[in-house]
Amino acid sequence: MGVGILVEDLNAWYGTTHTLQDINLHIPANHATALIGPSGCGKSTFVRCLNRMHETNPIARATGVVKMGEIDIYNDASPVEIRRRVGMVFQRPNPFPTMSIYDNVVSGLKLNGFRNRRILDETVERSLKQAALWEEVKDDLKKKSGASLSGGQQQRMCIARALAVDPEVLLMDEPASALDPVSTSKIEDLIFQLKSQYTIVIVTHNMQQAARVAENTGFFLNGKMVEFDSTHKIFTNPRDKRTEDYITGRFG
Amino acid sequence: MDFESKSMRRNRATRSATNYFVSGLCILATILVILPLLAILFYLIYKGASSLNLAFFTHVPAPVGETGGGMANSIVGSGIILFLASLMGIPIGIAAGVYLAEFGRGKTLANAVRFTADVLNGVPSIVMGISIYSLIVVQQKHFSALAGGVALAVMMVPTITRTTEEMLATVPHAIREAALGLGVPKWRTAISVSLRTASPGIITGCMLAFARVAGETAPLLFTAFGNQFWSFNLSQPIAALPLQIYVYAISPYDEWHRLAWAGSLVLIVLIMVSVTLVRIFANRGALKGGS
Repeated sequence: MGVGILVEDLNAWYGTTHTLQDINLHIPANHATALIGPSGCGKSTFVRCLNRMHETNPIARATGVVKMGEIDIYNDASPVEIRRRVGMVFQRPNPFPTMSIYDNVVSGLKLNGFRNRRILDETVERSLKQAALWEEVKDDLKKKSGASLSGGQQQRMCIARALAVDPEVLLMDEPASALDPVSTSKIEDLIFQLKSQYTIVIVTHNMQQAARVAENTGFFLNGKMVEFDSTHKIFTNPRDKRTEDYITGRFG
Repeated sequence: MDFESKSMRRNRATRSATNYFVSGLCILATILVILPLLAILFYLIYKGASSLNLAFFTHVPAPVGETGGGMANSIVGSGIILFLASLMGIPIGIAAGVYLAEFGRGKTLANAVRFTADVLNGVPSIVMGISIYSLIVVQQKHFSALAGGVALAVMMVPTITRTTEEMLATVPHAIREAALGLGVPKWRTAISVSLRTASPGIITGCMLAFARVAGETAPLLFTAFGNQFWSFNLSQPIAALPLQIYVYAISPYDEWHRLAWAGSLVLIVLIMVSVTLVRIFANRGALKGGS
């Protein structure tokens, strides 16, 4: 089951650039939350702070409190533990090119030393079914490289890979922006199904996508969160003039 | 209907001619690269193949004045020295390369290591031989197979380190992020993801370093020293093909000259065979599709 995320006074920097300024936000458990905003507004930095990927860049730094359920992720746990509980799907599919489909899916388990064949087999089937890819690849699991699949299949494989470690939260950084419309709609269907079991945070440039999959939406601009509300409210009756300008396409 | 103006047609003719000209230059360059290799190989076969017989591969060198004899001990000796050198040089070289690419970005130590590797790469092999002579042979008070192995290992390290670093730099950052995002620790990501993805290029680098030192004579002159008899003792002088070829080639006897040619042929064939075998072995188990 997913957990809720509470963000208090989160600030983040790349070198001297202040990319996130005083973000306060509550992301409810087992819902999909969309983050929208123009390029460079800090959406990606924000989700990367939620699984401590932000700090893998040597010049990056963050302050503030992020609570995942009861855990303060910056003080109560190591980055490695947090990343096992918070799955991430990136903008471009990034399969491990030397690994088979099977090994890609269970890479999170295998690379952490897990070797039980029966459980690995079960996990591959469960994760690929959850990612709606099982039927397409079940005969080639160990024969084909993960990189030999089509872009849309690769992205669903990456989702399966993130689900295989049984996370509580799934972060998706523009997961469909490099995909064609058919693959995009498959990914959206997936998000729709997965959000009953996981807390999903999705960054997107596609406002229809936000409207289709997410209960709540946050609008980012220049490193600040301008508005956070139910998706319906944001798209029909936003409080802030800047939100309205953005969703009606007057800028960005 | 003619959609092309006169000047467009002329342009097209020029472009096409330029295309043929440049393609021709590329083909010419390729031939010029392959030609010396083929020339050397055929000349060695022409000069050396007639002296190859079973005795060459089974006997030790015959004493001066007697005919016959072979280079069995040199072939085995070279194998032992190269095995020792690879055993030391490849792990150290790869480990240093992983440090440079994965952990040392922008650090002073990394810059120092990189600079040292580049300088080491340019040290003449005879200087390497003398250095190892004074560091190991003089201390131990005798020549040894081990000293020869160390000399060649030191020559292998810089090439392997720099190739490993460059091959790791070609691994997309997104793949490392994928592993880190799954909660895989950084050291594990470096070894099981980055290094594994870059392994074909790294294997090529190791093979280049191996092939280069396999034919080295100078570093072995004062270290392995050479031996006219069988020796499997790592702390004793040992025979090596390049050394034996050198001794025979500067001798005044025609018979020895022929054996030197045969030895050269065997050396180059053994290098080619070992490099090919490693390639076949490394490609086994590769998956269908992907890059």
